Amino acid sequence: MAALTIDTEGLRKNFGTRPAVRDLTLQVGRGEAFGFLGPNGAGKSTSIKMLLGLVKPTAGRALLLGHPVGTRAVRARIGFLPEHFRFYDWLTASELVLFHGRLCGVAESVLRRRVPQLLERVGLSGHRTKPLRSFSKGMMQRVGLAQAIVNDPEILFLDEPTSGLDPAGRKLVRQVIREQRDRGATVFLNSHLLGEVEKSCDRVALIREGTVVGMYAMGAWQTGHTEVEVLTGGINPAALALLSTIEGLMVTANDGTRLGLRVPNEHALPEVVRCLVESGVRVFSVIPQRVSLEDLFLETMGPDQGL
Amino acid sequence: MNDEAIEMTEVAARSRADVDAAAEEHAWREPGTIRTVMLMAGITFREAARRRILWIAAIAGLAFLALFGAGLHAMLRSMSPTLPAVSRHEGVGMMLMMSFYGGSLMTSLMAALTSCDTLSGEIASGTIHAIATKPVRRWALVLGKWAGFVVLLGAYILFIEGGSILISWTESRYLPPHAVSVLGLIWLQAILMLGMTMASSTRLSALTSGACTVGLYGLAFIGGWIEQFGALRHVRACVDLGIVASLVMPSDALWRRAAWRMQPPLLGAIGVGPFSSATVPSLIMILYAGIYALAALLLAQVLFERRDL
Repeated sequence: MAALTIDTEGLRKNFGTRPAVRDLTLQVGRGEAFGFLGPNGAGKSTSIKMLLGLVKPTAGRALLLGHPVGTRAVRARIGFLPEHFRFYDWLTASELVLFHGRLCGVAESVLRRRVPQLLERVGLSGHRTKPLRSFSKGMMQRVGLAQAIVNDPEILFLDEPTSGLDPAGRKLVRQVIREQRDRGATVFLNSHLLGEVEKSCDRVALIREGTVVGMYAMGAWQTGHTEVEVLTGGINPAALALLSTIEGLMVTANDGTRLGLRVPNEHALPEVVRCLVESGVRVFSVIPQRVSLEDLFLETMGPDQGL
Repeated sequence: MNDEAIEMTEVAARSRADVDAAAEEHAWREPGTIRTVMLMAGITFREAARRRILWIAAIAGLAFLALFGAGLHAMLRSMSPTLPAVSRHEGVGMMLMMSFYGGSLMTSLMAALTSCDTLSGEIASGTIHAIATKPVRRWALVLGKWAGFVVLLGAYILFIEGGSILISWTESRYLPPHAVSVLGLIWLQAILMLGMTMASSTRLSALTSGACTVGLYGLAFIGGWIEQFGALRHVRACVDLGIVASLVMPSDALWRRAAWRMQPPLLGAIGVGPFSSATVPSLIMILYAGIYALAALLLAQVLFERRDL
């Protein structure tokens, strides 16, 4: 069994002379929830389409589950929820999932049991026999999620699954991602909602101008400094003078009691506390500010280039 | 642990076993080509049958049949009761041929209008993405869609042309000669239009694809007239031009063969007309049209197989 479920090297796609994806090099392991992030036009959709076999790469190599992308053997073992999922609106939710199950070659006896289970799982059991034309955008995403997992895929591709979903719907997607990962499937999540990615994924890749520019285990990214918020009983000039002796420290905010500091790393914090206490400042709390995925994203992508 | 959490754990445990079993066996499931074609044909038929355009076509067809029935009734009433049955049937045959011409035109247009967005529309809307990522052959998807429309067009022909035959039989006990092969030729004409529309809709927008095929139909129609006039006036160049037009698009040749098969002897003697045929396309031309229709389907399959979605 291949240890890597997604393995690409130098994957490239040109539309005419314009490169949409320049260099997609990724390795994703079994059972991982993998976030794929990038600004608009970075090549995310084209990348995901290449992995699904919808778009043929111009150059490079791509394997899913150890086999070349796009083969039927691979497609039998993946699931896909497209962005803005839509389908023939006269079908009922049950008929839609049944149709996709049949296209996956799932046995009728299995489908008879599984279709109602899946619709219940995505919270649509009360809407089983309603036609899709009566569905809201969020309900369409839910039924799209059900069809994506009808064949118990080994890799589940989700393209912006939470766009258009209410908080309950987003929670449901997170739960399904966790279930799929727990049963050993790989989840490849393409999303703009960084908070969702942060809550769901084990690792993230950042893509800019068609190239993977960074890959991080969730929360383990390094930035050049640590932001700290210090709450005190009142800051005095002596404390500020003493703090300025710490190498690399910068005061980013000071409203008399609340102090914002930027230090090279968390090892500088005991020294910060010592300086404050020695200057007679009462310290209530010292809280290092976690660098969010959004901070990392914005720092990696640089200033907004506009559209 | 609440109920939801218990349920999630059970689902996870069951599914993990499923994944492991499937992965260990390196087994994978797929529906098979025939099953894929049947599934796609079924859903395409149902999708097309729900379109408003089909209902409009059905209403137009009913109006068409009512008009034909009323016209035929009026004509038969105006005939002297002493007129021999042969002469009565000559008149009914002419009217029936006009009706068949109208029916073939409507069916051909229906073929182009209902199928023009089945590929291009689903590519543009992304509907095709959820289908094409399943373990199915892309060419089988196209074949399935094509088959769905072929059945639909067959049903429409039975409704509109079969209705005409039924009316003529009820009113005058007249049955056109070679009715089955005539209906077959009209069906092939519609299938030809369908194949061309689907092939162009793999690369062009829905509207452009429909316009392309209807344009070709028009070209074949004009070509047919030029050929008939050329034959009557013995102008070889006109006949050749007509044949070239038929080779580019053999739809009119199919109609002219159908008209020749069903025309009453008197009409044949009168000669040229939009509903009759002075020059009869050969069986080789019909065979060519059949190959053309299959080639159009094949082209649609190859173009769809090769394109990025």
